[in-house]
Amino acid sequence: MTCDICKKNEATVHLTQIIDSKMLKIDLCEACSKSKGLQEANGFSLADLQVGLGAAEEITGNAGAKCSVCGFTQADFKKTGRLGCSACWETFEQGLSGLLKAMHKSDRHVGKVPSKAAHTLVITERIKQLAGDLEQAIQSEKYENAAQLRDQIRELESQLKVTPVKST
Amino acid sequence: MKIDELLTKPSEWVRSDSPNSKIVMTSRVRLARNLRHVPFPGWAKKPDRQRALDLMRPVVEALPEMASCFSDSLDNLAALDKQMLVERHLISREHAAKNAGSGIVINDKETICVMINEEDHLRMQAIKSGLQLKSVFKTIDKVDTELEEQLDFAFSPRLGYLTACPTNVGTGMRASAMVHLPAMVLSDQINQVVQAVNKLGLAVRGLYGEGTEALGNFFQVSNQTTLGEREADVIERLNKVILQIIEHEENARCTLLEKKPRLVYDQVGRSYGILSQAHTISSKESLNLLSLMRMGVDLELLPAATRTIVDELFIAVQPAHVQRIAERKLTAEERDNSRAELIRQRLHDVPRPSHPPAADATELV
Repeated sequence: MTCDICKKNEATVHLTQIIDSKMLKIDLCEACSKSKGLQEANGFSLADLQVGLGAAEEITGNAGAKCSVCGFTQADFKKTGRLGCSACWETFEQGLSGLLKAMHKSDRHVGKVPSKAAHTLVITERIKQLAGDLEQAIQSEKYENAAQLRDQIRELESQLKVTPVKST
Repeated sequence: MKIDELLTKPSEWVRSDSPNSKIVMTSRVRLARNLRHVPFPGWAKKPDRQRALDLMRPVVEALPEMASCFSDSLDNLAALDKQMLVERHLISREHAAKNAGSGIVINDKETICVMINEEDHLRMQAIKSGLQLKSVFKTIDKVDTELEEQLDFAFSPRLGYLTACPTNVGTGMRASAMVHLPAMVLSDQINQVVQAVNKLGLAVRGLYGEGTEALGNFFQVSNQTTLGEREADVIERLNKVILQIIEHEENARCTLLEKKPRLVYDQVGRSYGILSQAHTISSKESLNLLSLMRMGVDLELLPAATRTIVDELFIAVQPAHVQRIAERKLTAEERDNSRAELIRQRLHDVPRPSHPPAADATELV
């Protein structure tokens, strides 16, 4: 078994940590475990360690994907363990979900919602509703009605639009 | 406000009149926030980073909490000043290494501090002395709500606040308490406690956070996860665990005094002896001895007024602080000499620690 960090030396330190009934495992060589401070009495966190090694490898299913906003790729994540911009979370969503489940209590946020986002959520919900109405209107050939609904949707969509800061 | 004004006085959070401040030095909560669709600081190119800083800094400065504050771009700060900010736990080591394109805004009491373009666009934290996690969270939550009016934060209904590192996504919150556990270290119980706390999904770290040594018997206990749990629940859980740790430490102190009084009096006496008489001393030795003196104050072997002196020394004996008093860069050896002098001066009027009561003295023999 080789070390998870240097991938060269024989792993002689084997650690297991249970966080919220999920098991994290890591195998390290003598030198790497020392350099990560695992031989000291002050404790450590495997979740921290896994970012940057196991974590990076767990992004799968997004090979070749590139963030349209910042140009970040999966290979970049492998190097740094950090993402490029907020849009990367969508670009690499699929690959990140396994990693998030291993790292956190769940893969769903239940905490604070900024009031702006709450506003956006309301609008998005309203658009969904109107889109449903629009489809019905078209099916029942109420075209005047449909045109009105379409305008309403466009109006709401324009409220949602934000101008991203262009990368130079 | 100038950096000198900020750095020449002791931090407001070094106070001993707060709840549980015997064992809990400080409570802090930090929130990570990012601007939507703006590259994260680690990935952004220089002009992007600068633009983001120029956008955020005035907004942070305009907060009512920052009416009197120190604010600057990191390239304007001397290396020594940055190191002092690290020693005062106001910025991270990573942030101290940054220059143009990153900034810092700190209120005059050093209780609220916002790092701009650290790993995330904004890392805001509130600090208070003692165990006050709920009130600290309230403070920083208000700052966040005020900032969100002006700034477009990256947020996903499913994943919460989007951060550069997947370990912070969701609430972006890290709540922590700095606990002083000399008796658990002396009685070899500390590893058990660390393991128990780890099992509860909380992290235990050293004096300066991630990957640092537990100098001076100080340990930082914080939440590990940020996704899938409400902020208030995290705080509540952490608070409960800290209360238990306090109880264990207090029990360990009582047991030590009862079973091994000689060890306790000896450790406190030696710490006082060395610190008040040394002519050269490293920061590591100082911190470890100060820790035992602090326990001596808690156990009433030293007058209560000594606590503030000791708590201030924890910060003042660190390398950058020692050099600031000397007003120049010092070699390691010169630092050790100046440090010893500073400690001798501050402890000049502190009386010797008390001896065991006569009744117990026979047991000690």
